[in-house]
Amino acid sequence: MWNYSQKVQDFFLKPHNAGPLEDANAIGEVGSLACGDALKLYLKIDDKGVIQKASFETFGCASAIASSSILTDMVIGMHVDDALKITNADIANALDGLPREKMHCSVMGQEALEAAIRQWRGEPALPKTQEEGKLVCKCFNVTDLTIIKAIRENHLTTVDDITAFTKAGGACGSCRDEIAEILETELKRMNGELPDAAPAKSEARPEAAAKPQVTFGATPSMLTNLERMQKVMTAMQLIRPQLQADGGDVRLVDINGKTVTVELTGHCVGCPASKATLHQVIEQILRMQVEPDIVVKEAGD
Amino acid sequence: MSRTIYFDNNATTQVAPEVTEAMLPFFTTYWGNPSSMHTFGGQVAKYVDKAREQVAALFNAKPSEIIFTSCGTESDNTAIWTALQTNPTKKHIVTTSVEHSAILQTAAFWERNGYRVTRLGVDEKGRLDMDEYAAALTPDTAIVSIMYANNEVGNIYPIPQMAEMAKERGILFHTDAVQAAGKVDIDLAKVPVDMLSISGHKLHAPKGVGMLFVRKGLIFRPFIRGGHQEAGRRAGTENVPYIVGLGTACDLARAHMEEENVRVAALRDRLEEGITANVPDCLVNGDREHRLPGTTNIAFRNIEGEAVLLMLDRLGICASSGSACTSGSLEPSHVLSAMKVPFKYAHSSTRFSLCRYNTQEEVDFAIENIPAVIKTLRELSPFKD
Repeated sequence: MWNYSQKVQDFFLKPHNAGPLEDANAIGEVGSLACGDALKLYLKIDDKGVIQKASFETFGCASAIASSSILTDMVIGMHVDDALKITNADIANALDGLPREKMHCSVMGQEALEAAIRQWRGEPALPKTQEEGKLVCKCFNVTDLTIIKAIRENHLTTVDDITAFTKAGGACGSCRDEIAEILETELKRMNGELPDAAPAKSEARPEAAAKPQVTFGATPSMLTNLERMQKVMTAMQLIRPQLQADGGDVRLVDINGKTVTVELTGHCVGCPASKATLHQVIEQILRMQVEPDIVVKEAGD
Repeated sequence: MSRTIYFDNNATTQVAPEVTEAMLPFFTTYWGNPSSMHTFGGQVAKYVDKAREQVAALFNAKPSEIIFTSCGTESDNTAIWTALQTNPTKKHIVTTSVEHSAILQTAAFWERNGYRVTRLGVDEKGRLDMDEYAAALTPDTAIVSIMYANNEVGNIYPIPQMAEMAKERGILFHTDAVQAAGKVDIDLAKVPVDMLSISGHKLHAPKGVGMLFVRKGLIFRPFIRGGHQEAGRRAGTENVPYIVGLGTACDLARAHMEEENVRVAALRDRLEEGITANVPDCLVNGDREHRLPGTTNIAFRNIEGEAVLLMLDRLGICASSGSACTSGSLEPSHVLSAMKVPFKYAHSSTRFSLCRYNTQEEVDFAIENIPAVIKTLRELSPFKD
């Protein structure tokens, strides 16, 4: 049960900034009792747009409480423009990772923050993805833009990933086909097979792709072969531009269980650093994005 | 915080010291195969026979009606399997919406394979409706499978009456008695069920052993095929140490049945009253009139179950929750959902299940500390009404 990082446990047992904030001038509320978790985030923002105080009230599990609490710590002293750049991955990383099935707690935190700041700016007190998106999951009230944002910011590659991060499709399941279609389209866009139809504006952080991925805490991975292959292929698309920048490239040769065989091409061939590239770049990224025990081999090794 | 207060006996139980002791020689000395011709192996068979008698005695059954299995789930799967195999023209299964997943998932499997499944609903206390049950029984019904007692709220269902109604119509009746065994006095000479499942680890035997009672004369098709063990009804070399352990555990259960129903029930009541008297806005889920002696399921308004369990865990108190706060859990648990427990309460429903090893001191420690846990979590909650 304590499959939480020490930080999650600490912030759950001794949460900072708990309780309502009397002089709050921005409040963001997301979730509901029916959904099983809900967060009310209180902010006191000064005239210059700097968050002076923050507090929270959360109905939910340990990770929901910890995510809310650490978020309040993160935003105090921050300008709202910078606060809006906080992603769910930032929240999860600040907690040293969350179990996969709890990632939606970090998404909830990000959305409450955005809703509060929007309210302060006189906009509807909803995350933009919810205001502008089309409703996909009626059980948990999740829109297509929320799903797209989660896919892009967290490099999600399966419908189950999307459920873990947004809860969409987790209850009655009737929207799972629609989620699968959204996912397919987004993956194609990310691979450059489709033109990029500007997604939710609040995301669009070009550095997001190169940023280290969220760690999934201690939850053991349970990927099927097919899911693993899909994830490896998606991750390879993120690795290639990094090598291409140095005049090299990499080709995926084979995936056998957790062993991924690649062929380094271009300037990478014969480069004295190619072994390091293999292990420090490719293997590390695959281990973070796919599974912690992936092994990368060079073809012909 | 080294002390552990174990109030999760519906999940699993401590192996009784007497059970461990009875099992040990079968690891160290009598480790032969009971099917062997030689004396060394063959001598073990009589201990399996003895265990069979001990298990039969707990239910007033005949030893030949006892089939040892690996767990309650295997027993449940076997019961449904044999009923459908021996009634190939009947395509309907009757069960309830509050069964354990061992039955629910098995029924769903057969449903995907062309069977029709009726899942009886329950009222707000988790009780079944006898009229709905009667109406569900049709000439096409191959088997009825209804739990003797529910694992989450502890409700005891009127199995003698329901089995009788099935019998009158010539329909096979199976009951999952995993939670009831050793706590409810089940006399199979009087209760007309055709099959009954139990699991060792819910009554102080180890995990990995179970039993299926199959009434004498019932046509049977094995679920696990292979060797001739268990009179050809369950293949696989007998798990002798665990079978011996289950026999001893059933002997102990028979000896302690009255204590379960008097002392353990009183401890449960003390815990339940202690919590409900000191925590505002909580309610007890289930049918308090017909309930397992050690089980109480208490819901706390406006907070969430996992947080409650983790706070209790810090105090060394082991309990469990119907709620699994994961992304896929709009519904707190299939049992509480079937009972239509209000959302404000359902997410924090916490099950405390006691056994004969619990003490009044443990109960009093819990009563003393739980109200503060609930208060803390309520202060964090945005819902105050």
